[in-house]
Amino acid sequence: MTNITEKLELFEVFVRSKRGLDHKHVGSLHAEDHEQALEYARDCYTRRSEGVSIWVVKSADICASQEDDADCFYDPSDDKPYRHATYYVLPDPVNNM
Amino acid sequence: MTPQEENFMRKIEAEEKIEPKDWMPEAYRKNLIRQISQHAHSEVIGMQPEGNWITRAPSLRRKAVLLSKVQDEAGHGLYLYSACETLGISRSEMIEQLQTGKAKYSSIFNYPTLTWADVGAIGWLVDGAAIVNQVSLQRTSYGPYSRGMIRICKEESFHQRQGYEAMLALAKGSPEQKAMAQDALNRFYWPALMMFGPHDSESAHSQKSMEWKIKRETNDDLRQKFVDQTVKQIEVLGLEHPDKNIKWNEERGHYDSSDLNWDEFWSVINGNGHCNRQRIEHHVAAHDEGEWVRDAISAYNEKKRAKKAQNAA
Ligand SMILES: [Fe+2]
Ligand SMILES: [Fe+2]
Ligand SMILES: [Fe+2]
Repeated sequence: MTNITEKLELFEVFVRSKRGLDHKHVGSLHAEDHEQALEYARDCYTRRSEGVSIWVVKSADICASQEDDADCFYDPSDDKPYRHATYYVLPDPVNNM
Repeated sequence: MTPQEENFMRKIEAEEKIEPKDWMPEAYRKNLIRQISQHAHSEVIGMQPEGNWITRAPSLRRKAVLLSKVQDEAGHGLYLYSACETLGISRSEMIEQLQTGKAKYSSIFNYPTLTWADVGAIGWLVDGAAIVNQVSLQRTSYGPYSRGMIRICKEESFHQRQGYEAMLALAKGSPEQKAMAQDALNRFYWPALMMFGPHDSESAHSQKSMEWKIKRETNDDLRQKFVDQTVKQIEVLGLEHPDKNIKWNEERGHYDSSDLNWDEFWSVINGNGHCNRQRIEHHVAAHDEGEWVRDAISAYNEKKRAKKAQNAA
């Protein structure tokens, strides 16, 4: 028996729940092409009006950083605590800036 | 009103955001492009007065902090250029408008940074004023601009605090250092107030911008907020307030203050500030010096394309 999902492409689905908010990753699905992926995403991820806008992106088109390498990938910012507002100690009366 | 316009206005009135693919009036788009690109240019040109002090910062710590801050401003420029590009204008068009003077940037960056204290004053006052404006713009009606502002505001707090901390060190230092801090305050206080733009009655774009909720608060209201919050901050530094007419008004619940020198404001906007020419010349030079990088990218892409075509054949 052939597995039909092997013939279809994998898509990642992003949904904007409310105008003005970012699109957020909600999951993935298999589809023939972009149009079909949009329809499936609608049926699958927004059955209760969870969204006002959907993006579908071929999973193969996503280039991701490797979590295993996170240590050295992000280490340029590890020794820069001064990028944080809390690093600066100010007198109480003006500390709300 | 056409149905499209009605739908657009309904969203605006309901506090819904306008997103890039939505229909929008041409004037709304133009107005946004003007404002967002001007904001982006300000972030980028704003790197110059502070960048001027990176090599001369008084300690390694101050140098690292300033470098980080200026790096953030480059990032802010990028967020804003990208937001503006969603409106259908290209990056190169915007750069061209900046370099030919067709697009403006905040005139505060046409003032020179004469001493180290100026760097402190800029972080505290200039970023402080920018924050007041940007906090308000988090509620702007255009989605990508609003989200950019939310991101930027998260990063700005450190800018203001490092500036104030540097001012505090000087204000509590030797008499010479204190005098230097006072001088920087005296010079940057007024231009910082001018950052909010002309009086509401004189502001060409204000009314439509408010109606479309591109701007959420008027120039004068935002300026008042800044005046009010700065009084205490000057007091804690132990410096003299540059405005001799500053006075608490019980009835208004705000500080009364002197009017600004609007002749100076218009003169700097119209190109006659200390550093207008220098800022643009520097931008053009830096852009030209980067030409070989852009050329190399195109050449590499061309090569890859040719290779692909050959493999396919
Ligand atoms: Fe800014
Ligand atoms: Fe900024
Ligand atoms: Fe800043």
